[in-house]
Amino acid sequence: MRSKVVLRRLFRNNQARYGFVALVALVLVAYVGPYIGKYDWTEKDFMAFLSAPSADHWWGTTSIGQDLYAVTLRGMQKSILIGLMVALISTGLAAIVGAFAGYFGGWVDRVLMWGVELLLVLPSFLLIAIISPRLKSGNWLWFVVLLAAFSWMITSRVVRSMTMSLREREYVQAALYMGIPRWKIIFRHIVPNMSSLLIIDATLNVSSAIIGEAALSFFGFGIQPPDVSLGTLIATGSDNATGYPWLFVFPAGLLVLLVLSVNLIGDGLRDALDPGSNS
Amino acid sequence: MSILEVKDLTVTFPGGVQAVRGVSYEVERGEVLGIVGESGSGKSVTSLAIMGLLQQNSVVSGSVKLHGQELIGMKEDELVKVRGKSISMIFQDPLSAFTPVYTIGDQIAEAVRIHQKVNKDKAAKRAVELLDLVGIPHPDVRAKAFPHEFSGGMRQRAMIAMAIANDPDLLICDEPTTALDVTIQAQVLEVLKTAQQETGAGIVMITHDLGVIAGMADRVLVMYAGKPVEQGSVDDIYYRPRMPYTMGLLASIPRIDGEEGALVPIEGNPPSPASLPPGCPFAPRCPMKVDMCDEQEPPLVPSGAGRHVACIRAQEIEHKGLTGADVFPVPVIPPSDVVRVPRAERPTVLELDSMIRHYPLMKGAVFKRRVGTVHAVDGISFDIAEGETLALVGESGCGKTTTLQQIMQLAPPQGGRVVVLGKDSSTMDAATRKALRKDLQIVFQDPMAALDPRMPVGDIIAEPLRAHGRKDVEARVAELLELVGLAPEYAERYPQQFSGGQRQRIGIARALALEPKLIVLDEPVSALDVSIQAGVINLLEELKNTLGLSYLFVAHDLAVVRHLADRVAVMYLGKIAEIGTVQSVYDHPAHPYTQALLSAIPLPDPELERNRKRILLEGDLPSPADPPSGCRFRTRCPKFARLSADEQRRCVDEEPSIARLASAVDHGAACHYAEEVEVITASDDQEEK
Ligand code: SF4
Ligand code: SF4
Repeated sequence: MRSKVVLRRLFRNNQARYGFVALVALVLVAYVGPYIGKYDWTEKDFMAFLSAPSADHWWGTTSIGQDLYAVTLRGMQKSILIGLMVALISTGLAAIVGAFAGYFGGWVDRVLMWGVELLLVLPSFLLIAIISPRLKSGNWLWFVVLLAAFSWMITSRVVRSMTMSLREREYVQAALYMGIPRWKIIFRHIVPNMSSLLIIDATLNVSSAIIGEAALSFFGFGIQPPDVSLGTLIATGSDNATGYPWLFVFPAGLLVLLVLSVNLIGDGLRDALDPGSNS
Repeated sequence: MSILEVKDLTVTFPGGVQAVRGVSYEVERGEVLGIVGESGSGKSVTSLAIMGLLQQNSVVSGSVKLHGQELIGMKEDELVKVRGKSISMIFQDPLSAFTPVYTIGDQIAEAVRIHQKVNKDKAAKRAVELLDLVGIPHPDVRAKAFPHEFSGGMRQRAMIAMAIANDPDLLICDEPTTALDVTIQAQVLEVLKTAQQETGAGIVMITHDLGVIAGMADRVLVMYAGKPVEQGSVDDIYYRPRMPYTMGLLASIPRIDGEEGALVPIEGNPPSPASLPPGCPFAPRCPMKVDMCDEQEPPLVPSGAGRHVACIRAQEIEHKGLTGADVFPVPVIPPSDVVRVPRAERPTVLELDSMIRHYPLMKGAVFKRRVGTVHAVDGISFDIAEGETLALVGESGCGKTTTLQQIMQLAPPQGGRVVVLGKDSSTMDAATRKALRKDLQIVFQDPMAALDPRMPVGDIIAEPLRAHGRKDVEARVAELLELVGLAPEYAERYPQQFSGGQRQRIGIARALALEPKLIVLDEPVSALDVSIQAGVINLLEELKNTLGLSYLFVAHDLAVVRHLADRVAVMYLGKIAEIGTVQSVYDHPAHPYTQALLSAIPLPDPELERNRKRILLEGDLPSPADPPSGCRFRTRCPKFARLSADEQRRCVDEEPSIARLASAVDHGAACHYAEEVEVITASDDQEEK
């Protein structure tokens, strides 16, 4: 019943609808767009270095003559995947670890929180730097896991303390007295009541993962040249943003659109889950 | 001359919602005006508006004159002088009225010094005097205590002391005793009366409790949907109400001196101030409604000596002498089949045998160490037969909630036995425990907190069904909703779209889902408005009779208990003080605590209230971490004080156990000197019957 009601509310929600349409459009652009373009992202046009957008190179070219349109779309494919996956994994991990620690308390809490603290004090950047070269290069999925693994701890602490107050609510007690297993109570009564927080967290994580990935790539980890991502493109483009604005504007614009569409979906989902809103 | 004159007071909140729509009244010196109404009736907003304590963005119009001086539109700095000097206010929650970081004595002394030119020492002395006046023991010592070191009742007294510090002409009391236990409430009301005599002030007493008003007020104003609907002397309102709402309200309250049988419920809910019906605001719920009622809101018109009524049929009500019971349909509750079998032959559904529950008392932030033991429940025994309701009553801190939790957990108790439907909780395995949860259900006190706000009602009711693998969940949910008087289409709504009474019905539907045998009711109606309460009580009674349920009913409201329960166990500090059938315990209480408890409950009957003698208890509940030796009640027992030294020794040394009283079959009290006393005088009309 709940999923039915929530889904119906979600589809009635304008924000969510626009967000979905925008996200689907962006995914289509990223995956179908390259077939429409004239150049492949690996091709280099030695006749046009750093040329402004024109009929031939729609979005201009890079300093080594790559077609920016092709390169940006290629980068976006990666970034969409990285952003969404990192956000889902890290928020999910935060919710589960925080809720279990907060709900069960005792040694479960101590062990989980000890883990959280350990990850917090470890210099994550350094660790990723050490680990990522050892992982088979090219397997960027590992990279997603690493990024996610180091970005959930703060949220999970917040989730834990919220759980500790939710645990005392009578409806949680009621569920216990009904004979419902504790792990089910966590997923059914605790996590949905924190959905606003989790959704905000997830949408923030999408953009921070895309940006964070760029920072790591900049130092030579993560996505490695010649492969590209929105993050790496923005990073290189921003250096020359004044002289060759197209290098920066197109990737950055797509990132903004991506983050915006995810935020819209998040807002819509939040409203759909929150019985207090009637939109 | 009247002290306070309120004329056509209206309050509009931002967004155009009118919370108060034209209130007029006068209060004279030494007079007590009672204002009754349900939540949302605008009764509290009215007094906040008079005090000038509403938020900036709400619009107040009309006139409020104190000694002929207009308060509305007065500048804030002038108003401050009036507030606290000529008018004082006493709130429901005294903790919020005191600053936690200053001592009570300092705060009262400061209140004195703001409005009077006295030096510090004098003010401090006056503070101690005031604390003494409101009956705080050792006032010179207690004046140095901080607010959190006071118990709820003491804080409320201290608040009264602060309120009368400057000899105000008018005291506004907003639900002054709602958060307190009955014996403490009796003390505080007594203090209020003393305070009034001392100062000669007029009092505006705002409450939903018709019993409190009956004992305190000279005149009564009944509010509904932001407007007074009836006003008159307390006797007129209580004995000769002329507005259907007042009539219904008076008929719907359960009384400790009342008979059994269905209560008179008022159907429906109070209208929201944002969408009032076009005519009489009570019309959607009024059984006497005629077409004319919808045309125009009836004005409050004079009707006889000193009273006003806002109902177009008031004349008719007067001529025919109608009462609430004549006008409102009284539901017929089918009798129970189970109770035809004598109690001894019915199976026992719940048995507690010297059950104990202690908590360790810990101290220290880093290194926790045990500094004592909280004797929350210290060996209680009772049993419930099939089809029976046992009420567990007592004030906060008596251990009734702990008892209930221990039963619901189905875990082995620390001592004694808990046997549910013939199965001992200390020997059952996990599978039996889960199976037993089907037969044992609970209804919580706060219907909002007990329902997951993020779940549609259908899922909430379906949860126990799914947890125990029932098929055909949706049909059963619809059936259950209908059983508790809600439409099955409501299944897709969220809890917050329902009113308090409806939410409690949802909670009951969930408890009924698995066709349990025993339901634990944890204060199921105490969070509801009076007019809604009756409907829920009737529903519980009907369900019990038709489905053959047994209830363990935990409550502090003895009037509701009288109505719903067959047997009652009175708890005090983790022990049962008295147990027996409702008739014997209420009519002939034998334990001094029960006697005090029953005599402390205000009756909604001004005549009886005036002639009633209260047994007032001294002080507060001792800490359960350090219960008195021997009889736990001895520190407050009025009887103990009257005993000879020899007799007293027995109370101090020997703990009384429950002894059956000779005069009744099912009645026992834990007192060495138990003696039956009648504390509730039956009302006249009952004696006629
Ligand atoms: S005016 Fe009509 S609807 Fe209102 S209380 Fe009187 S009879 Fe009922
Ligand atoms: S045993 Fe003594 S102290 Fe206790 S209730 Fe009886 S008379 Fe009072």
